Amino acid sequence: MRLFRDAGHLFRLAGLFAFGTLFILTIRSFLVPRTFGEYGHYRGAAIAEVAAHPARFAGHQTCETCHTDVAQTKAAGKHAQVNCEACHGPQAKHADDPSSVDPGKPDTAVLCVRCHEASAARPKDFPQVNAGDHSGGVPCQTCHQPHSPAIGSASAPASAAGGTK
Amino acid sequence: MNITRRQLLILLPAAAVAWESVLAGTPEAAPNYNMTDHWWSMLIDIPKCIGCGNCVRACQAENDVPDGFFRTWVERYHVTDWNLENPQVISPDGGKEGFPVAKEDAGKYFFVPKLCNHCADSPCTQVCPVGATFITPDGVVMVDQKYCLGCAYCVQACPYGCRYIHPTKKVADKCTLCYHRITKGLTTACCEACPTGARQLADLKNPKDPIHAFLKTHSVQVLKPQMATGAKVFYNALDGSVR
Amino acid sequence: MPGVEGFMYPNEVSLYWSVLIVLYPFITGLVAGAFILASLERVFRVEAVKPTYRLALLTALAFLIVAPLPLQLHLGHPERSYEMYMTPHRTSAMAMFGFVYLWYLMAVLVVEIWLDFRADIVALSQSTTGWKHWMYWAMTLGSANVSERALAIDERVGWVVTLIGIPSAFLLHGYVGFIFGSIKANPWWSSPLMPVVFIFSAMVSGIAAVMLLYMALMRLRKQPIDMRCVDTVASYLFYIFIVDFSLEMLDLIHRIYEADESFRSLDFMVHTRLYFSQIVLQILLGTLAPILLLFVAQVTKLSEPTRKKIYAVSGSLALVGILAMRWNVVIGGQLFSKSFLGYTTYKMALATREGLLVAIGLTLLPLLILAVLMKVLPPWPEKKHASIPEAVAAH
Repeated sequence: MRLFRDAGHLFRLAGLFAFGTLFILTIRSFLVPRTFGEYGHYRGAAIAEVAAHPARFAGHQTCETCHTDVAQTKAAGKHAQVNCEACHGPQAKHADDPSSVDPGKPDTAVLCVRCHEASAARPKDFPQVNAGDHSGGVPCQTCHQPHSPAIGSASAPASAAGGTK
Repeated sequence: MNITRRQLLILLPAAAVAWESVLAGTPEAAPNYNMTDHWWSMLIDIPKCIGCGNCVRACQAENDVPDGFFRTWVERYHVTDWNLENPQVISPDGGKEGFPVAKEDAGKYFFVPKLCNHCADSPCTQVCPVGATFITPDGVVMVDQKYCLGCAYCVQACPYGCRYIHPTKKVADKCTLCYHRITKGLTTACCEACPTGARQLADLKNPKDPIHAFLKTHSVQVLKPQMATGAKVFYNALDGSVR
Repeated sequence: MPGVEGFMYPNEVSLYWSVLIVLYPFITGLVAGAFILASLERVFRVEAVKPTYRLALLTALAFLIVAPLPLQLHLGHPERSYEMYMTPHRTSAMAMFGFVYLWYLMAVLVVEIWLDFRADIVALSQSTTGWKHWMYWAMTLGSANVSERALAIDERVGWVVTLIGIPSAFLLHGYVGFIFGSIKANPWWSSPLMPVVFIFSAMVSGIAAVMLLYMALMRLRKQPIDMRCVDTVASYLFYIFIVDFSLEMLDLIHRIYEADESFRSLDFMVHTRLYFSQIVLQILLGTLAPILLLFVAQVTKLSEPTRKKIYAVSGSLALVGILAMRWNVVIGGQLFSKSFLGYTTYKMALATREGLLVAIGLTLLPLLILAVLMKVLPPWPEKKHASIPEAVAAH
């Protein structure tokens, strides 16, 4: 009994610790997000939040549902594997509201050389030219139809400039 | 061709349904997407990469990546003779605007697109103190932006330099493998924009995915295999000088 | 790209851990070192170092209170740091550190200080009035029992707490080392020696800090310095310094001899961007110089004023050296590219949240807290002055 009396302050300290631990555990039950641990050690709801990000690129399947004519031209030519938005940029807004959002036309002077300007660093079998020597400043689309670039291919360059409008 | 969205929906029901779910932006709305049926990865065919920077620009447009930071970027290697240990590497602004024309023909050049490897045994998710970064059941490493402390321990732990602290959101940020797209049947923005097919999204759990045939017939490697991270971005014809 | 040499992965150009993360292991190291010095007296009954016992405990507490602040300030979202305790990730060294810290603060340091000062607290609660009375009364937890038996129980329990405290101190700082040592992506950090080196360098810095503080405080209070005590502390400093230096050299020699894929990159860095902080500050001025000075003081018979000067200089140099070591680990580990093909530069901001001014403030803050702690819990109560001649007599 004397031990209990003389160690009384230690029991008070232990009580304080027990109270603190209980307090933290109580808080914890309120502060841990509800979906935490749903799939693993993380907030399950975070997956849906990431998935909710809006898409900016519509995807070529979406483009092709309307632009069937271009899709056909392209499929027959050298650019068959190049998706629409690789050159035209992200067009989800246009796909969502085709009449009011005008995608505009890319500038071939900038666009074509990004891939085709000759560089020792590019794969040897990839078609590339020294643009200055090759055309002497004449715009690329004068001779090449971007959707089917080989000269003498299905579509004439003139219609290429007009696109599908 | 003047088509309103309403007409589009009437004309093309199948495509329209998919597109609706893209717009809705909820995985539940995506028809029949089941996380456990997928295990996402990517294939990068180095001989096909021409260093145009399309993927970098597409990624920045799709994911609002802040200037000066990169979820994907392209490096250009120049290896002369046998000097594998000292490649000259450049990546001006992540290759966003392409690369300067290379005139010198000595040695070999090649481009290496980089992105998060979505490692199965990821060192970045291992070190996160609170569980704010994780790998999803379908194999995508992502960050919970509402839970991340911004301690940057994961940035230090990534051997590939794929993470950064978002300059205004102050949380860790990285490639999501365009999770908002792939869960709705679309490919990633970088793959969509790649003109040569050098990048291919792949689903390892889908037996019909062409990646299986490709892996069978090509010499593929992951980056820094000695790190044993279970990296899931596979590189075809990866040179020994690549770090 | 300004400040970049060679090739960095584009996301690596800016550093993500600033000077505040340099301070964090430095401050935590002082805690662990000071506590280990204190426990020498208690567990190994080294009577000579008794005058520094309570000072060492209070120093440890003052620095431990400040230790999480640099971490907190560097976080992108400090308001979310509670998550570390709500959903700790078992595989994360950083999450576990939160618990080690809490354990050390609450279960070891606070309990030990409370037990040791309890008799004084009870006396103070009776001799003071007003808010001071209530403060001390709260600290007694409402128990004024300072009977001989109660104090004997305290002594026993305190001894056990100290016994638990020593491995806890090792754990505390070993864990800090593990936070760096376990990052396999970074060859400058990734080493199983890292926790061990951190513990020994922590002991060096903690012992040096308490020694300097003791000498400075005695001078401030115009009281004689107990030379037997300082000599003993200095000899401990010397021995532990040698162990610490050997470990660091072992790490260095191992790296040079193995010369793995990262070696050329790291070697270049040490000879250029880290030359001043690593070779000059850490190794020459911060380690070899104080070891040499302490060695001279050990083997020759020098006069008391000379010894005091040597201890003051070598103690200060040791602190500079350990701070430089933390700098080289934290900042050095981010200056080179993980591609081993390039280097970046760290530009320390001045007045930002992670700038130099905040860093200086955080280094001085523990001293302020220590001053307050010493006001509340005087380590050398006035009545104990009588015991000093006894120590002097030992000469």
